[in-house]
Amino acid sequence: MRAKNIILVIGIPFSLWLINHFISNPSIFSPYILQIIVLMGINAILAVSWDFISGVTGQFSIGQAGFMAIGAYSSAFLTLKYKVPFLPAILFALILSAIAGFIVGIPTLRLRGDYLAIATLGFGEIVRVAILNMPSLGGATGLKGIPIYSSFFSVYLALAITLWFCLALLKSQPGRILLSIREDEIASQMMGIDVVKYKVFAFTFSAALAGLAGALYAHWTSLVHPDSFSFMKSIEIILMGVLGGMGTIYGPAVGGMLITLLPEGLRLLLEQNPLLYQNKDFVRMLFFAILLLFFIILRPQGIFGKREAKG
Amino acid sequence: MSLFFQQLINGLAWGGIYALIAIGYTMVYGIMQLINFAHGDVFMAGAFAGYVIAQLLPDKSSLPSVILVFLSAMLFSTFLGILIERLGYRSLWKKNAPRLSLLIVAVAISLLLENVGLMIFGAAPRSFPSIIPSRSFSLGSISFTNIQVIVILSSLVLMVALQLIVMRTKMGRAMRAVAEDSEMSALLGIPRERILSFTFALGSALAGVAGVMVAIYTPQINPLMGILPGLKAFVSAVLGGIGSIPGAMLGGFVLGEAETLVSAYISSSYRDLLAFLILIFVLLFLPSGLLGKGVAEKL
Repeated sequence: MRAKNIILVIGIPFSLWLINHFISNPSIFSPYILQIIVLMGINAILAVSWDFISGVTGQFSIGQAGFMAIGAYSSAFLTLKYKVPFLPAILFALILSAIAGFIVGIPTLRLRGDYLAIATLGFGEIVRVAILNMPSLGGATGLKGIPIYSSFFSVYLALAITLWFCLALLKSQPGRILLSIREDEIASQMMGIDVVKYKVFAFTFSAALAGLAGALYAHWTSLVHPDSFSFMKSIEIILMGVLGGMGTIYGPAVGGMLITLLPEGLRLLLEQNPLLYQNKDFVRMLFFAILLLFFIILRPQGIFGKREAKG
Repeated sequence: MSLFFQQLINGLAWGGIYALIAIGYTMVYGIMQLINFAHGDVFMAGAFAGYVIAQLLPDKSSLPSVILVFLSAMLFSTFLGILIERLGYRSLWKKNAPRLSLLIVAVAISLLLENVGLMIFGAAPRSFPSIIPSRSFSLGSISFTNIQVIVILSSLVLMVALQLIVMRTKMGRAMRAVAEDSEMSALLGIPRERILSFTFALGSALAGVAGVMVAIYTPQINPLMGILPGLKAFVSAVLGGIGSIPGAMLGGFVLGEAETLVSAYISSSYRDLLAFLILIFVLLFLPSGLLGKGVAEKL
């Protein structure tokens, strides 16, 4: 068992590092394809972060883009204004978005179900409007010229660590407690579980992951803009999670990759029709909407989820 | 002091609009405990239906054509509301699907409507024809326009009409019964599905009127115009106590006033922030809202 772990801990980063060399070579892969592959990794982390709070713990969040914005802006601010290296900037982003998650998690003391969902929605909008009104963060023009520190290697290493950590957590006692809160909050409370503490923990952890994805995103695209973290982005994240299968962790990771990849395939199809190509962004969102409806009505457990026994 | 009263008048018009939209949210929530995210887009669709009809009319500012524009917006959004309920929510609601699924369907329908609108009309804002020419009046140092007066008065008339429908008609009584206890009312022979359709129709009609009102008042429209007023109207419904119709009306006016006062005395850029701050504040400290009844959770 231990030998296997050691192989994983050394083997995964090493193979990622090797693939990175191969994949970042512009003569083999065009920058366009590399761009898609990296964004797939970032969206996979985002989808996992949403799944952790909504799929595993059962607390529906529609404000995940707000946590992502905090991670993206805080790390970009440090690397851009204070020339901080990448790793400390990411750590800072993690801590700051975790604090935000903690603050949002506290209302779970009093809120349940859709009230909580609305509160997270409100939080996401507050973050966006607050950034819009902060001149030091670029306001409506956003931050430009952020150093490009993210790479295939850093993004997929972060994804691997995220997946490993979440799956391990799910098998541990705290993970089981989170699942029990999702299944029946009142029953868990009667069993002596400090429901509030675990819900706040889930929020904090999920927010930190979303912040990590945000920091990676900012240092890949080299610009951040308040509109990239709007309500629509939160919806997209939910779509990734639902598509992959809520509560499975690896399902949403695949869902995040698919939702990033599909529009590109769609684009190839649309290029043949000029009228549709003109409206490609709208067609893309329309396609997402129909996909979401299709999954919720016909296959609510997503691609990888298991159908639950009728209770 | 005159600035203050001036702002109160301005806030009243927006308050009426928020209240009209909020009624639709609160009625649907009362019956199926669903935040109907598509409601803001029904409001947008109403504005666009009015726009299309107004483009077709030769004499845009005559009284019959104004009435025609409002009626067509109402009809179209009513139709759309019923369609959404039929195709989107009904099967899930009958199956007693988890509320999360309904919420995701609502979000998907909202995306669908917005992007169909974007494909047909494009993203650029369009100016709404001035079917009611704006005229200013002044009372002492306070000035207001005829459009503001029309918006405030007609929203009040519609609210009174709605209150009469809900409190005095058979349909309204059935609605209240289903909201009180959906399963029990079904056992007593109330056709739940029909009542749900009726509720969607009523709420959507009001949203359609509000859409044309905003279109005349601002006066421009675009396919994403429903998102923010929709969210704010939802905040109004929560502020008033979700599920309570008088609460939604009160919440709409309170939010409209608060917004205009904040943009007048603090900064207009914080206007959009205020609604969400109010939302979180209400959820934390007054979860049943101003007029709502606190309900203990059943085991």
